Amino acid sequence: MTTAEVGRARLRKEDAHLITGRSRYTDNITLPGMLHLAMVRSPFAHAKITSVDVAAAKSSPGVVAVLTGADVAAEQGSLPNAWPITPEQKAPAHPAIAVDEVAFAGEVVACIIARSAAAARDAVELVDVNYEELPVVLDLEEAAKDQVLAHPGLGTNKSATWVFDSGDAGTGKPIREALEGAEVLIERTFYQQRLIPSFMEPRSTVVDPTGEQITVWSATQIPHILRLMLALTLAIPESKVRVIAPDVGGGFGGKLQVTPEEAITVLAARHTGRPCKYTETRSESLMAAHHGRAQVQRLKLSATKEGIVTGLDVNLLADMGAYLGLVASGIPILGAFMYNSIYKFPAYRFECTNLFTNKAWTDAYRGAGRPEATFAIERMMDELAAELGLDPLQVRERNWIKHEEFPFTTVAGLEYDSGNYEAATAKALELFGYDALRAEQVRRRETNDPVQLGIGISTFTEMCGLAPSRVLGALNYAAGGWEHAQVRVLPTGNIEVVTGSSSHGQGHETAWSQLVADKLGVPFENVEVLHGDTQISQRGLDTYGSRSLTVGGMAVLAAADKVIEKAKVVAAHLMEASEDDIEFADGKFSVKGTDQSTALGEIALATFSAHNLPDGFEPNLDSDATFDPQNFSFPHGTHLAAIEVDTETGRVSIRKYVCVDDVGVVVNPLIVEGQVHGGLAQGIAQALYEEAVYDDAGTLVTGSFVDYLVPGAPDLPHYTTARTETPSTTNQLGAKGVGEAGTIASTPAIVNGVLDAVRHLGVKDIRMPCSPSRVWAALEEAKMTGGVR
Amino acid sequence: MASSTMITIEVDNVSYTDDVEPRLLLVQYLRERLGKTGTLIGCDTTNCGACTVHLDGVSVKSCTMFAVQADGHRVTTIEGLARDGKLAPMQRAFHECHALQCGFCTPGMIMQSASLLDENPHPSEQEIRDGLEGNLCRCTGYQNIVAAVQAVAEGTVSSDSDETETAGVA
Repeated sequence: MTTAEVGRARLRKEDAHLITGRSRYTDNITLPGMLHLAMVRSPFAHAKITSVDVAAAKSSPGVVAVLTGADVAAEQGSLPNAWPITPEQKAPAHPAIAVDEVAFAGEVVACIIARSAAAARDAVELVDVNYEELPVVLDLEEAAKDQVLAHPGLGTNKSATWVFDSGDAGTGKPIREALEGAEVLIERTFYQQRLIPSFMEPRSTVVDPTGEQITVWSATQIPHILRLMLALTLAIPESKVRVIAPDVGGGFGGKLQVTPEEAITVLAARHTGRPCKYTETRSESLMAAHHGRAQVQRLKLSATKEGIVTGLDVNLLADMGAYLGLVASGIPILGAFMYNSIYKFPAYRFECTNLFTNKAWTDAYRGAGRPEATFAIERMMDELAAELGLDPLQVRERNWIKHEEFPFTTVAGLEYDSGNYEAATAKALELFGYDALRAEQVRRRETNDPVQLGIGISTFTEMCGLAPSRVLGALNYAAGGWEHAQVRVLPTGNIEVVTGSSSHGQGHETAWSQLVADKLGVPFENVEVLHGDTQISQRGLDTYGSRSLTVGGMAVLAAADKVIEKAKVVAAHLMEASEDDIEFADGKFSVKGTDQSTALGEIALATFSAHNLPDGFEPNLDSDATFDPQNFSFPHGTHLAAIEVDTETGRVSIRKYVCVDDVGVVVNPLIVEGQVHGGLAQGIAQALYEEAVYDDAGTLVTGSFVDYLVPGAPDLPHYTTARTETPSTTNQLGAKGVGEAGTIASTPAIVNGVLDAVRHLGVKDIRMPCSPSRVWAALEEAKMTGGVR
Repeated sequence: MASSTMITIEVDNVSYTDDVEPRLLLVQYLRERLGKTGTLIGCDTTNCGACTVHLDGVSVKSCTMFAVQADGHRVTTIEGLARDGKLAPMQRAFHECHALQCGFCTPGMIMQSASLLDENPHPSEQEIRDGLEGNLCRCTGYQNIVAAVQAVAEGTVSSDSDETETAGVA
C-alpha cells in the first residue's frame, strides 16, 4: 500500500475543536425553555425515609416542579444489573429516587426542577426529609458476617458467590493437593482500596422530550446500552429514545453505567414536557457516581524451594456498595481469569463473594478486575522471591510461559494466542539499567542512607477486547460483545465510517481514518468518522475493556472489505471485464493483465448516478459489518520502577519508571503512547495517592478534590516507554488493546518498589495508598517489633 | 432573589455590559451569558483548573471569581486565544505533542501553560510541572503536556497551523 497509514504517528483529527474551545460536552448544550435539575441527596448512609415534604421547595422562586420517589415509582423500574453471575444472585431493587429507605450517603431522595440551575440549588435546602437512622455496615469483613445488614429486607449482605476450580474445570490439578504438599507456602491478605474514577467532566444529561422521540444527550461511555436500558426500565419503546454521547470528558469505566440521574432527567422532562438538564457538581460526582476496586484479597501460593509455583488459591470479598451497578457483579470475575497472569500455574482456585455495604455502588474502573488480580499475583511473586532469597525477576522467569509455548492454554482456561515475555523484559531491563540500580541499592543499605532505594517489578498480561459473545454468555453476562460498523462511500468518493464504539478521548476518529485510508486507498483526510449517536450509529456495544480497536476497529475493516467486494462488481461491469479479473490495490480497481483501471471515486459516482450498473445491483457501495472475535487478545508487558523512600518522613518518590508494553500491531503510536501515559498515572495514583475514605457513619470524607488526591503534574514522574510487537493472531490486524495496560501494571510495580526499599528494615507490607504517613508508620512498627535498624 | 449589578467586561476583544447577580461566578457568566462554553467546570473547589482564563493577561480560575469582580477588566478565554484565524503557539503545541485526549481539561491547561511561559519563558521540567499544579488531567499522565510547554519555550512548534505529522513525542 502506498499510503501506509497504519503505524503512522498521525496527529489527531479530533483536536481541532477541543483546543479552540468549540467543544460539545453535554453541559454546553442549551435548549429553548430548558429547565435545570438539582438533586436532594441523603446525608445518611442508611435510614428509613419517614416523610418528604416538598411544599416549601415547590413555592421557591423559579421552581417548576419537585419529584420524589413516590412520584416516579410507577414509571421507573429498578435500575439495571446486566450481569447476574449466578442464578441465585441477590440484589435489592434500585429505584432512581429512593422511596422508603436510603442505603448510602448521597442517594437521591428528591429532584428539584427549576428555571435556572441556581434556583434549583436554592430550593434543595427547602425540602424537608425526615429520616430514621439505621445501623450501617461499611467494612467488607464485617459485612461478610451478616450481623448488620445493608438492606435488612434482603436478609443477607451476600449478593453472590462465584467459584472457579481448575481441578473441577479440568484445566489443572486440584488446589488442595498443591497446598498440602507445598515446600513453600505464602499466605497474604491485600486490600484494594476504593477508588473514584474521577473523569474530569462531571456527569451531565440533557433530555429533550418535545419531539416524537425523547432525545437524551449524556456524558456516557455507553450510548447504545443506555438507550436500551432506559427503554427497558422506563417501559418505553426503544425506537422512541435517541441517545447522543457528544464530546465526553473521560470515562475510565466511570461512565459505563445507567445512572439514577439519567433516568431522573428523562422523568423530569416527561413530567414537565420541557427540555431538562442535570449536571452534577464534583462533590456529587465523588459521592454518588460509581467507585471502583474495593476488594479484600486473601491468597495462598504454594511453591517448590526453587521458586516454581505449584498452586494459587484466591479468596475475594468484593464490595458492591449499596446497589448492583450495571456490570458490577462481573468485575471480580474478569479478574478471576487473570490471577495466573503470565505464569504456568498447575493448580488454581478462585472464589469470590460479592457483598453489599452502605457505601456508594462500585463498578468498572480502568482495567476492571484485572488490575486487582495483577496486583495480587505480582505482590505474591515478590513475596515468594523474598522468602527464597531470589531476585524477583528470577522467580518470574522460572514460572512464565516461554515464547515458544504459544498458543498456551492457562490454568484459568483461556488460550493466550501470542506473547513474548522474554523480549519485553530484556528491553525493559536494558532501558532501566537494572544492574546498576541494584548495585546502588546495596550501597545505600550498607551506608544506612536515610533515603533507601527499591526496585519494583511488574510483569503482566490482560484480556482485552471484551467479546467474544459466546464467552460472555457462558459467564452469564446479559449482552454480547460484538461490535458494528458501517462504511459509506459518498458520491465524491469520500468515506463516512460509522462505528458503534464511541470515543471519550481515545482518538477513534484518527485511528479509524487510518484503518480505512489504508484499506480503501483513500487519503486520510477524506475519511469522516461518525459515532456516539444512536440515530446515526444504530447498533453498537460501546467503549470499555480496551475493545475499541480489537473489536470495533475490526468491524470497520470488515465493512470496508465488503465495500471493495461490491465495488468490484461495478468495476467489472464498467470495464467490461470478468469480476474474477478485477484486482484492487491503492484505491484502484484494475483488470488483470491490462492497463485498464478505475478509481474508487469513479465507481462511487457511477454507482450514485446509477445510469449504468449491473442488472439488479443496488445503487450504493455502503456496507455493514458486525465483528465478534473468536478470542480475547492478550497484551503484555514488563514495568520497572526505581523508588526512593525517605525513611525519616515516609515520603515515596519515583526516580525512574520504565515500561515496555506489547500491544501487538500499533495503528497510531502517538495514541498508544498517550494511552500508556494516562494509564500509568492512574495506576500510580492507586499505589500512592488515591483512596475513597468513609467515616464511621458512612459519610464520604474524601468528598472533594481537596481530599481525594488526583495527582497533579508535580506528583508524577517522567515515563520511559517502549514497545515490543508480537501480533495477535485472533484478528486480521494483529492488534491487542492498550487502554488499561499502564494502570494494570504500574500499581504493583510501585508498591513492590516501595517494599523493596524497606523490606530489609523489617517492613512486610504497606496498605495502599502508600502515603508518607502509612510508610512512616510501617517503618516505626518494624522498629518496635525488632526490625533491623 | 438577590439584587443585580451592572458590569462592563471586555471578553476576547469585545466589550459586554450586563446586569448580573452578585453571586454569579465569572465562569457562569462566560458560559451562560456569553456562550463561551470552551471554559469548563470540572470541580467546585478550585482544584481542577478546567475554568482557567486570563484576566488582564494573567491566568485566573474563573470559578473562584464573581463576575462583578471582573468589572472593568479584560478577559481572554480559549475562544479568544487564536488570532486572525491562526492558532496560538500553545494550542498548536498541544496538538502536535498529543497533549490532550478527552479534551476537557485542555482549555484550562492551555491557558495556564501560556500564562506560565509569560512569567517564566525558559522553565525547567520541574518548574513546568509545578506551574501546572493547579490543573488536573486524568487522561495524559501530564508527560505530553509538559512536552507541549517545552516545545513552545524552545520554539520548536510549527510556525503555521497546517496539519503536520510528528515523528512521535517524548
